Amino acid sequence: MNGSAASPLVRFSNVSKSYDGRTRVVCDLDLDIARGEFLTLLGPSGSGKTTTLMMLAGFEAPTVGTILLDGKDITHLPPHKRGIGVVFQNYALFPHMSVADNVAYPLKVRGVEAADIKKRVDAALDMVKLGGFGTRRPAQLSGGQQQRVAFARALVFEPELVLLDEPLGALDKQLRERMQDELKQLHRRIGVTMVYVTHDQSEALTMSDRVAVFNEGRIQQLAPPGLLYEAPESLFVAEFVGENNRLEGNVVGEEPGGLRIRLVDGTTLLSGARQGLAVGTPVVVSIRPERIEIDGADTPNRLPAVVDRTIFHGDSMRIVLRLASGTELVVKLPNARSARIAANGTGVQACFGAADCRIFPKQVS
Amino acid sequence: MLALMAPSVVFVCFLFALPIVLFLFRAIDNAEIPEALPRTTAAIAEWREGELPPEPVYAALVSDLAALRGTPQLALLARRLNYAIPGFRGVVTRTGRLLPQSMPESPKAALIAIDATWADPAAWGVLRQQSGKVTDFYLLSALDLKRDPSGSVVDVDRDHAIFVDLYGRTLTVSIGVTLLCVAIGYPVAAVMAQATPAAANWLLMAILVPFWTSLLVRSTAWVILLQNEGLVNKTLIWLGAIDAPLALVFNRTGVYIAMVHVLLPYMILPLYSVMKGISPSHLRAAASLGASPVRVFFTVYLPLTMPGVAAGATLVFVSAVGFYVTPALVGGPRDQMIGYFIAYFTNSAVNWGLASALGAFLLVLVAATYLVLGKLVGFERLKVR
Repeated sequence: MNGSAASPLVRFSNVSKSYDGRTRVVCDLDLDIARGEFLTLLGPSGSGKTTTLMMLAGFEAPTVGTILLDGKDITHLPPHKRGIGVVFQNYALFPHMSVADNVAYPLKVRGVEAADIKKRVDAALDMVKLGGFGTRRPAQLSGGQQQRVAFARALVFEPELVLLDEPLGALDKQLRERMQDELKQLHRRIGVTMVYVTHDQSEALTMSDRVAVFNEGRIQQLAPPGLLYEAPESLFVAEFVGENNRLEGNVVGEEPGGLRIRLVDGTTLLSGARQGLAVGTPVVVSIRPERIEIDGADTPNRLPAVVDRTIFHGDSMRIVLRLASGTELVVKLPNARSARIAANGTGVQACFGAADCRIFPKQVS
Repeated sequence: MLALMAPSVVFVCFLFALPIVLFLFRAIDNAEIPEALPRTTAAIAEWREGELPPEPVYAALVSDLAALRGTPQLALLARRLNYAIPGFRGVVTRTGRLLPQSMPESPKAALIAIDATWADPAAWGVLRQQSGKVTDFYLLSALDLKRDPSGSVVDVDRDHAIFVDLYGRTLTVSIGVTLLCVAIGYPVAAVMAQATPAAANWLLMAILVPFWTSLLVRSTAWVILLQNEGLVNKTLIWLGAIDAPLALVFNRTGVYIAMVHVLLPYMILPLYSVMKGISPSHLRAAASLGASPVRVFFTVYLPLTMPGVAAGATLVFVSAVGFYVTPALVGGPRDQMIGYFIAYFTNSAVNWGLASALGAFLLVLVAATYLVLGKLVGFERLKVR
């Protein structure tokens, strides 16, 4: 294989990792990473996403399987020979070196000439908007500035692939959102392949070309953010990505518009179609909060409910409804319409379309 | 805040700082001679050098010695003057014993008749030098220097010069022990810092148990292990590595072995705590940026552990400089360090002035080392975390 645009930059094939020989942290992973894409590994802690990243960086060795980079087997190549940029959660800037020396480190290691080093370090610092900060020590910079130095250091030697291990995790919310945007723009400008690990689903949705959702060592779904949000393939993905209402019931019949579901309190609803669910199968219905209307018109599903409480979120409102069964249903409304909100205790109808319901077979645990 | 600090401040002032200042003052204190010979020290100030003192000086000495006769102060004076003029102890005691009961007609003739030393202008010169309230005699002695009768500073005879050698030996042994501790302790601390918590705990115990054992016991144990018929030599002979027992104890080798063993925990513990604090992601970052393991060690790990090396080396060096028991037990006569002589002059020779002077120079030595180290590696790095 050569570096043609069609072949993947990275290929995990049948990779498993176990630390103790019994439990597997990563199971039978097959994953292709395309050139130039921004791929996010998303999952709760302990799902194997960081271990996957560390195996790619070379800090952990797979127990079985192979990892190819640009067609070459790098499964057992030591990290310093891989030429992959890594950005760590705690920045990992060398405290005993100045900012410029930190950024120059990968170039010095590679024996680049001093004049060239200076030029490239200055360019890299300019790229992350830290021109003129070269003489400072990392400890004299703010968290966001330190993270930018870490980006500059990981990018200055022009690696084909950059790995980012929850790089924005330690920043406060506002700064994190600004850095997300900057990082995304940086990715678009230089076109480097980025693999990003995070447990923050909104971060994954905001930045990625594709998201791989990890759970218990396996990829649950690998899809672009929009598809992941609109068409989750499993209950785990539906619940982990975005907000979610969960109703339990049984399939009672098939209708032209989809499946008829009887909920535990006896009310029924019509959901989107799904193959392979026989009558009587226990299922979980998942509905996004922003897809529910209160007292809306012309929807096939209308569940009677009582307004329990209203939560103010600034740009939006969450209205918590209580169904007859006691199940809570969260409705998300943009703030513009909040004037029409019913008072607590009012009887209303929760209205939603059949296509807004995703149904998943209930897992017996 | 102040109230909470008060007990420790009072404690440190009265039981640490004050005794040190008082003891250091003994290095220049010379109250013995003016107190024992008040008339002589007053009269001798008039005397010009180069000739024998006039009759009034002799008369003053006769009345001073007469007043001291039969009191313990005479012996003390004799001992004190003997430091300055070897053999003077006998002269003073004999003079005190043979002195006529009443003032003789010519005190000069009478004294010279008792002992010819009183006719030596050099002896009088020394007596005058030592007649002040304070003296530089002990400090000069501790540097192998003395004042000749004319008052200028000269070297003592080669046979009596021991102290400059002693400082050199103390420094050599201390620096050697410090370097050995760094060389042995650094890898141990690094392994401990990388080890699993369980293994690290066992290693820590292995280091701390000897640390909790009495210094005396450990030093004695080394004598038993290292002697000609000891475990080490017997094992080496049994293994066929050597034919005849190696001289491992009562020489410099023994001092190094025992001192390094005693002081190693002081090196390992601060190093370990610094190494434990180094985030593995720093090392991973360096590797991901293309640095080989050797390069990672020299450009990242070593610089980040330098505060631990500096702290450990300072602790080991400062402790080594003052070592006394271990060299006394496992060293030969030519391996004794400054602490041995301070103890000797304090307990055996009862020459507290010289002991204080040696102590003062030991303090200077330690302070100078600290300053030099501080300049070289930066003071903030010498802090023990």
